[in-house]
Formats: sequence, C-alpha cells, structure tokens
Amino acid sequence: MKVAIVTFPGSNCDYDLYKCVQLIGGEPEFLWHRDVDLGEVEVVMLPGGFSYGDYLRAGAIATMSPIMDAVKDFAKSGGPVVGICNGFQMLCESGLLPGALLRNRSLLFSSRDVLLRVENTSSIFTQEYESGQILRMPIAHAEGNYHADDETLDRLEGEGRVLFRYTDAEGKAVDSANPNGSARSIAGILNESGNVMGMMPHPERAVESILGSVDGLGLFTALLSHLSPLGTV
Amino acid sequence: MTDSPGKAGSMTLSRVSPREGDPPITPELVEDHGLSPSEYERVLEILGREPTYTELGVFSAMWSEHCGYKNSKRLLSLLPTVAPWVIQGPGENAGVIDIGDGLALAFKIESHNHPSAVEPYQGAATGVGGILRDVFTMGARPIAILDSLRFGDLDTGRVRYLFSGVVKGVGDYGNCVGIPNIGGETFFDRGYEGNPIVNAMCLGLMKAEDLIKGEAEGVGNPLMVVGARTGRDGIHGATFASAELSDDSQASRPQVQVGDPFTEKLLLEASLELIKSGHITGIQDMGAAGITSSASEMAGRSGNGVEIDMDLVPVREPGMTPYEILLSESQERMLVVAKSGSENEVRDILAKWELEAEEIGRVTDDGLFRVLEGDRVVAEIPSLPLTEGCPTYEREGVESEEIRELRCTDLTRFNEADADQSAAFLKLMGSPNIASKSWVYGQYDTTVRTGTAVRPGGDAGVVRLRGTRRAIAATTDCNGRYVYLNPRSGTLAAVAEAARNLVCVGALPTAVTNNLNFGNPLKPYIYYQFREAVLAMAEACKLFETPVTGGNVSFYNETNGVAIYPTPVIGMVGVIEDVDHITRHAFQNVGDTIILLGDNTDELGASEYLYVMEGLVAGEPPSVDLLRERGLQHAVLAMIQHGLLHSAHDVSEGGLACALAESALGSGENPLGVEVTLQDAVPVLPLLFGEAQGRVVISCDPRSAGEALVFAKRHGVPCRTIGKVVPSDEGFRIDGRATTLEADVEILAELYFRAIPNLMDGARPS
Repeated sequence: MKVAIVTFPGSNCDYDLYKCVQLIGGEPEFLWHRDVDLGEVEVVMLPGGFSYGDYLRAGAIATMSPIMDAVKDFAKSGGPVVGICNGFQMLCESGLLPGALLRNRSLLFSSRDVLLRVENTSSIFTQEYESGQILRMPIAHAEGNYHADDETLDRLEGEGRVLFRYTDAEGKAVDSANPNGSARSIAGILNESGNVMGMMPHPERAVESILGSVDGLGLFTALLSHLSPLGTV
Repeated sequence: MTDSPGKAGSMTLSRVSPREGDPPITPELVEDHGLSPSEYERVLEILGREPTYTELGVFSAMWSEHCGYKNSKRLLSLLPTVAPWVIQGPGENAGVIDIGDGLALAFKIESHNHPSAVEPYQGAATGVGGILRDVFTMGARPIAILDSLRFGDLDTGRVRYLFSGVVKGVGDYGNCVGIPNIGGETFFDRGYEGNPIVNAMCLGLMKAEDLIKGEAEGVGNPLMVVGARTGRDGIHGATFASAELSDDSQASRPQVQVGDPFTEKLLLEASLELIKSGHITGIQDMGAAGITSSASEMAGRSGNGVEIDMDLVPVREPGMTPYEILLSESQERMLVVAKSGSENEVRDILAKWELEAEEIGRVTDDGLFRVLEGDRVVAEIPSLPLTEGCPTYEREGVESEEIRELRCTDLTRFNEADADQSAAFLKLMGSPNIASKSWVYGQYDTTVRTGTAVRPGGDAGVVRLRGTRRAIAATTDCNGRYVYLNPRSGTLAAVAEAARNLVCVGALPTAVTNNLNFGNPLKPYIYYQFREAVLAMAEACKLFETPVTGGNVSFYNETNGVAIYPTPVIGMVGVIEDVDHITRHAFQNVGDTIILLGDNTDELGASEYLYVMEGLVAGEPPSVDLLRERGLQHAVLAMIQHGLLHSAHDVSEGGLACALAESALGSGENPLGVEVTLQDAVPVLPLLFGEAQGRVVISCDPRSAGEALVFAKRHGVPCRTIGKVVPSDEGFRIDGRATTLEADVEILAELYFRAIPNLMDGARPS
C-alpha cells in the first residue's frame, strides 16, 4: 500500500502518520504542498498540525495549495483519502466533506483521550472494527466542534456516513463525553462515495501499547486489506 | 564589503563616529542603560574613548544581569558540570549528554518571568519559542516541553488572568510547533502574587555526531540572518528583565516580544536541514539582546571578530536605527555562519521553508565586534571583553531577620491540636497546589510525535526513544516555600525531589538544568538566599551524580519592593534502560499491597497544611538527608528494574494522606480505595499532612511484598507494609493510633479534579 502523506508548512503529525503506515507494513511517502503530482499512490493522507499557522481559519489556506487540486482529482476518481485533525478541517474547507469545524465550545485547546463508538463497519476505513466497538484515542485540537445544518446531519446519519461518535465507556453518546460540542457527538464522517473520510481524534497516536492504546490500528489495517484483499502486500 | 573599515585587522578604534541625532552620553543616560559608574569606567577602559549611543546600548544589553550573569557567575562556577556522559556543559545554547545507542540529549530550561508579568500570553509563548530554539540550534530535534509555573492565589481576577494567559501561551506555542508537553509543575502562593514564574524546559534528541555550536568559525565566512524580519519589538528586553517591576511596568508591554509559532516550526525544519546539509559552521538563536548577543557571543567563543552591516538586515519597517536593530528581540530569528561559497545553498534551504536568509557580514580575524551602517562604523568593540568582561560581583549576604523568625515559629501547638483531620483532608485535596492540574495540561498537546509514554500528571514525564529499548524521563521541581524559610534545606529538597520523581517512573537521574528565580541580588537577604541555594545545589548534585549542564538566572523578580520566594527550579533528566520498567504513580489493582519507604516524622513546617488551614508560611521546612535519599532512590530503582512494583509515588505537598489519595485516584478513570494502618508514634497532623522528605509510596502484588522489603533493607531504607488497595466503593481509610481518617472516593475525586476548573469560573477544559 503506497501512501502519500502531504506535508504543508505547519503540519506536525506528518511524521507520526509516516511511522504508523510503516508499522502496519505500508509504504509511506512524503509529498510537499507545492507538489502538483501525486505519483503512483494508492491512498492520500492529510495529517494534523497547524497548516499555515491556522491563520484565517484552520485548514482554510491549505486548500489553496497547489497539491490540493491533485488531491481533489484523486478523490473524485475514487481514491481513498484520509484527513485527521487539521486534515479533516482541510477536507471540510475544500468541500470534499460536508460541514465545518468550529472552535471547541470550551473555547480552549483540548488534549486528552476520548472514547469513540464505531457507527459504521462497512466502510473501507472501518471494516475491521465491530459495530458498536468502543475505541480509545487522543484528541488535541482547538477547533473540533463539528457543525452542519440539520438536513446535512440527517443525511449523514441516514446514509451511514457517521463513522465515529464520542461516547462514554458504556457507549452512550452523553453530553459529558462530547469533548468539543460536536453536533450529535460526531467525531468522524464519510463522503457520499465512501472514499473520503475525516476525523478529529488521532488514530495514528493509538497504534502501540506504550502510547496507551492500539485502537487506532484497525483503521490503517482496514485500508491495507481493502487495497490488497489477498494479503499480498 | 571588501573596502570596509577595519579590515586591516589592527585594533584601530578611531573611525567610530556618533550618528546624527544620537543623544549625548551623559551620566543619566548611562544610568538609564543599567550601567553603574564603575561599570561605565570599565567601558571607557575597554574602548579607550567615550562610547557612541549605539555602543552604550550594546554594553547595556551584554552586561545586563540577563546576559552577563554579573551577580551570579562566581557562585555558579561552584556547581558540578562534568561527568563522563556530559558532552556539552554550561556556556552553549543548551547542555548535551550522551544517552547511549549513539544518541545525545540536548536540554535546557529558561525563564520568561518579567514579560509574562506584564503580558502573560505573549510572554509565556515566546518563552517556549526561545527554549525550543536553544535546543534546535544545537542540532537536536525538540521532543518534549515541560513548564514550571508559579502564580499568586487564584482568588483575584488579576492572578486568574495571568494564569489563564500563561497556560494558553505555553500551550498555543508548543501545540502549533508540534512538541508534546510531558510535565512540569504549577504552584500557587501569595508569595508570587505580583511576579508569576514562567520557566520552560525543552528536551531535544540528536545523533551525538550532529552536535553543532554557536561559534563564528572560519575567517571570511559570511554571517547570515535567517527567519523572521527584525522589528521594533522587544528592544532592550534583556535590560527590562534585569530590573524590578513596579506599578508602572505595564508601560513596558512594548518591550515584550510577540511570538509566531508557525514561523518557528518552519525555522525549526529549516535549521535542522541547514545543519544536516553541512553548509554552515555555526548557528545561534537570537534571543535576549538579539543580533548583539548572538553575533558577539559567536565571535567571543571562537576568538574571532565579526563585522555586520545594519543596512543589510531585513527589517519590518523603514527608519530603524542601528541601535534599534542591534537590540531588537524580534522572535524566530537565527544567526548562521555559512561556509564561504555556500550562501546560495543556504538561501535555497530557507526558501523551501518560505523563509529569508540575508548576508549581513563576515567573520574577521581582528577580534572586534564591528557594526556598520553602510560606510559608517557605528560600533567597534573588542568581542571578548564585551562578552566575557562584564564585571562580576560577590555581594554581601545576610539572612533576613523577619524570615528567620518565621522559620523559628513554634508549631508545637499543632501537635496537640484536636483538629478535624477529615475536614482538613478534604480541604487539602481541593487546594490548587494538590488538586489535579489537568485544567493546565488539558490545554497542551501531550501526545504529538507519538513518543509520550507517561503524560503530565505523574511523578515525571517519559518519552520513549524510537528504535531502542530506552526512554527519557524529565521533571521540574522546587517548593519555593521551603527555600524561602530555609534556602539550604529547601534547595536540597528540590534536587532530592526531582531525583525521587525520576526514580519513581523507573529512570536513573542523569543531569540537571537549573532556573534560579530570585529577587534583587543587591539586597543582602536576597543574595544570602541565592548563595545558600547555589551551595546546596552544588552539594546535592555532586552526591546524586547529576551534573548541571546549563540553565538560567532570573533576578529582580520583585514588584514594588516585594520579592518572590526564592525559587531555584531543578529541571532533571534521567534514562530508563528498558521501556518495560516504566512505572506510574497510580495504584493498579485491588488487593495490591501498599508499602511505605522512608520515615514519617513530626515535621509540619512550611507545609501546605499550614498554608491552607492556618494561612501560615512558617516553621522549619522538612530536613533532608542526602545519603538516605540516595539509598531510597537506589532501592526504588532496583525494585522497579526487578519488575516488583505496580506503582511508585513520591510523597510531597500534602503529606502521606494526599500522596495515598493521588495514587488511589490516578487519572480519574479507575479510582480505587485504600485501607491503611499507621502505627507511628507521631502526632496526627504531621503524620497525615507533614511533608517529611525521603518517602515513596509503592504498591505491588502481595506475593512480591516480601522481596520488595528485602531490597529496601539491603539499601538501608526504612520500610513497612501499611495497607492494601481496595475497590473504590469501600472508601479511603487511614487508621492511626489515635484517629481514623475516612473519605468517600467519589467526593475526593470531585474535589481533586474539579478544584481548578471551578476556580477558573467553571471554564471547562473539555
């Protein structure tokens, strides 16, 4: 599995993603925001961080980067695209995913472990999880409050495009388990065609027991098996 | 610049001429620049003539306390700085130690107290920015940040404003650059009301052979400024940081620099790429005193001279004078000595990261720090006397009678007191000094870089070293109350606690960086505190074999004549040989045996109990026996390395009762209860809440308890089983000979985790 990890000025989770893809046996490759050609990649990942200092709005300026045209074309042709944290913000800003990420309702940066309930296990990103499975992984963001109009939210839910929701240990999406005020406790979503996903929590920071959790691994191994169903990688 | 004056290499000083519009040099102007009459005499001797206004500014900055260490240098020379594992000791941008596997660790702590007192957000943010640059200019990639913070009590709006602003500043900067915060400390006491303490520490990792220094090597090599442009911000910040604050200090806000972490992140990547490229021979952060200190120090260290032209420095606004350019503390700038002929390669690397690199001068062989403005020489000063010739002083030191009396306060009444310990216990658990600091570190990215194995909230932070079995642990410690009441034992306690915290996570204490925060050293009682603290630090660091590889001195932490508690913060790093040894402070399993190492004593002086319950900062702080401390540390480390322990936690503020509660509550996710029996013939209050040193609470499988006790005996450490871990619904219970302390775990958790958020107007770090 050849994975392009796009580094923007201010990205700071690019290295973590690189190590994570290596760990599961994928072949990561850094691309620079000024590149215009993705090359022969099978997956594109937009990492977390503060692209362009989050000036203007988080993820907004990154959408003007030369490479984003190539990413959009790749997504339109069905290529899998993963956006994590700042990457999710970019996908929303560039229109590849619906909705927007507002400032956390606490108005503070929030860094801690959260629990997520897996809502859809048929996507290429979540097929290795069990329905209702509770995952633990860190969040670290100031603008992760997912927002969309009710119609969009109804559609997302109706079409099974909510991938993860913030819940408590019993799997209940209670308000106290919602770390940022996201509408309907949404932590991660899918596009209409099912090939573009974004999420605020960091699965790449939950891939080794020494880091406190291995629950993020499933997302990356799911992509691996999707791209090489016979396990030939 | 081939025709530039002075190129001949001789010490011709006559061509320096004042600029039009420069104010004349008067005794008042000299005084405004913080130079004493005798220091000014020394300037005249060095130059052999009257300085220009520009030169006066240069001397003022370089001979400020902040840059020149004039009141601390002599005592600091007594600190141990050498060990086989020390690669770089004091004097460079950061200390460097060998940590095995071909890897080296660069680390340093630095203060930003004065700026944070007048502009908390930018003051703290730029403090983090500066310490990151100190580390990556050594060629090391920053891997962790710690912050050591002190404020007044949270009951005034001003203190809450400073506290929230500083925490946001520390967080925003580190979060944006992408360096995890792994620990530190936050302490509240009225002794810091006017002067918050903001110390930031950074650790960086490199291959031992990649070390690069801040030296101007190679005559003829070009000097280049890289990174952000120079503006009018922070002019004379170093001089500002070398004076007391007053009610008028708010007017100094323009002297506070403004940080841009996005540019810092680009500068970090560009600098590491530059160093790796081999196109440069030296690099130095432009921190305090900006271009002046970076250029003159690089020249001073190499024994060469430098010649720089202010007309060539990229500036943010037109019309800046050489004086302003030289003394600007605009952030996110570096001075680089490139290899002659590599200028374009340097520019290309910077351009890739969307930054500028501009040639502003050359390394010369005449030993002079020469500043041009086009054709005019506006400053020409011998480098070495400028950087090393700052007069140093040993001052008179006399203990304050007032503080001595406080120390001698008779506390025996608390030994008979029929106090309500349960109420006191609940109050202590909700005291901001003991309560969880998750409101603070919940605003810090602690997991970026996927290396953090122990996050903030434990005894020390831990970062694993990818590709090895090893990990690095780090902590910052100092109880300013102890040092205030007894500078010597208080400083011994700070070093001992730092080392204890490291062994509790499984690390061997290895080296120290210190941040000495004090009042005005010209006052005899302050100098007494400083001297006693440095001497004690030297003694403890020698015994623990933790050499001091650098640090920072911050004097003049006073507002309207009132000094902070003397606060010599110890930043200590340690090496964990195997990640399997990493141990945490929280109890792990119901049924585990709880063992206390060390002795309970009747010492209640300087305790959090006295502060919270009686409003007192008084009494003799707990005594420290360094040899017993060392035995304790060796014992704990041996137990951990033999896989015996499920948890280990140092006993500190709030005493044994609070230490047990902290281990029981852990991070709050799986709180547990305890059943403990104490048979000591010690009065109840000091038994429960006294802060006797040299104690660690450990827990282990009941089957391992016997072996743990054997290890303790072998190291001569007093030890006994005091109880066991029980389910949370069975409560928290300590039985003493004459009393029982009981509490509901849920109530403890509510107090402990909600205390600071509730005080901050219910602002939730959700």
